[in-house]
Amino acid sequence: MRETDIQETVTAVYRSESRRILATLIRLLGDFDRAEEAMQDAFAAAVTQWPREGVPANPRAWLVSAGRFKAIDRLRRHTRQEALLKELAERPGGEEEDAVASEAVEDDQLRLIFTCCHPALAADARIALTLREVCGLTTEEVARAFIVKPTTIAQRIVRAKRKIRDARIPYEVPERTDLPGRLDAVLRVIYLVFNEGYSPSSGDTVTRSDLSGEAIRLCRLLHALLPDPEVLGLLALMLLQESRRAARATAEGDLIRLEEQDRSLWNREQIEEGSALVLQALRSRRFGPYCIQAAIAAVHAGAPTAKATDWDEIVGLYDVLLRMEASPVVALNRAVAVAMRDGPAAGLTEVDTLLNRGDLKHYYLAYAARADFCARLGQREEARAGFRKALALTEQGPERRYLERRLAEL
Amino acid sequence: MKYLCLVYAQEDQLHSLPESPQDAECMAYSQQLTESGQLFAGQALEPVATATTVRVRNGEVAITDGPFAETKEQLAGFYLIEARDLNDAIRVASQIPPARVGSIEVRPVRELKP
Repeated sequence: MRETDIQETVTAVYRSESRRILATLIRLLGDFDRAEEAMQDAFAAAVTQWPREGVPANPRAWLVSAGRFKAIDRLRRHTRQEALLKELAERPGGEEEDAVASEAVEDDQLRLIFTCCHPALAADARIALTLREVCGLTTEEVARAFIVKPTTIAQRIVRAKRKIRDARIPYEVPERTDLPGRLDAVLRVIYLVFNEGYSPSSGDTVTRSDLSGEAIRLCRLLHALLPDPEVLGLLALMLLQESRRAARATAEGDLIRLEEQDRSLWNREQIEEGSALVLQALRSRRFGPYCIQAAIAAVHAGAPTAKATDWDEIVGLYDVLLRMEASPVVALNRAVAVAMRDGPAAGLTEVDTLLNRGDLKHYYLAYAARADFCARLGQREEARAGFRKALALTEQGPERRYLERRLAEL
Repeated sequence: MKYLCLVYAQEDQLHSLPESPQDAECMAYSQQLTESGQLFAGQALEPVATATTVRVRNGEVAITDGPFAETKEQLAGFYLIEARDLNDAIRVASQIPPARVGSIEVRPVRELKP
């Protein structure tokens, strides 16, 4: 094989296998940084050795084994940690056969996901670590996506790795009894990544599609490794939301509400996949909040217009969701659905009850919804006050422009 | 690996809520951990009103009334445990009875280097 072909092969193997190789090396070497260094060494060795010796039959196993060897070699040269060396050399599962076994490799990837999303790590560190280690984004890419300085992301990652090491956060898939809670923490990280791509918490664009795509990819991986109805539910929810991406903003980046979106722009393929996944998750009878939210999104996706939507079904699904998690934001969404079903006066009563309870005092959408109901009821003064209050509570460019537009219309 | 589980609670609520632990329950849990070889030491503490803070500055001992830091929750007791890793330590901590009314801070022990 010519050298350029070998280069291409190495690059292709890096792209498809590096995350799995890293996950296995972390287990074998017991340390994130040591594993990353070992993986770089292994790929460097491949570039020089494969042209001479040919591409091995199983490149991944070759790279894992080379990485492990390089790490032990490096330790031998630079340290006198005899005990550690002995442990690494004798660590069970170090054999090549084990590294090849696909089940062990899949477990390593799951271990990596659960470790990066461990609830003992700071929330922002979990996201940064997951994107960096599981998804393979560079620190610069993560920083760009979240509009923070690369040094900030690097610091978060360093601190998280230090805590993993010093507090000894284990590299393992949680035990069955801990699994539901811990899986929930993983799903939350994935959904936060998706939302940051779908509706950034700051900045001037409505969507940042790279992050949403990454979240969907990550969820697909998780589902392949750990089939669970809620993983399915989250995947469906993200696909159904993602299907509306092309319709949810104007060319100028202004927000378009669900009711006013051009539904012919919705991505049919994503809707079909998402809706099928919702059914599959519901049939399991072990569904949770993500699945119900996906079911709501599927009802929207199946409706030809906002008016022709089965609002009764949507209100019913919100009732189920509220019973699972009594969140004021869910209650607000239910109120909006009630307004669509029974008219703005009914919606206004619901929102006022929520606002009087005080839970949504700082949530701009509560005031925006109230203002919208007032506008429809012809209460122009009340509507204006509501939109102004909402404006004071949000910093997102597209949301602000939308609220200003509504205010100007009154 | 050793972890210190620090039990924090609001003193006025520690013994007065319906789910507040009784001494007997705490003793039983210590007993259980001792039998499984996971407990090195564990004690409940008298209220912070009994605390004295000692500092040495320029060779002088300075003594003040009360705890070092004023916080909403006070240190009410501790468990020094042996655990395989943080997940194991969290499992032990989550069953410490006052976790129901207060909180448990789980801290890895730093072994001093000779």
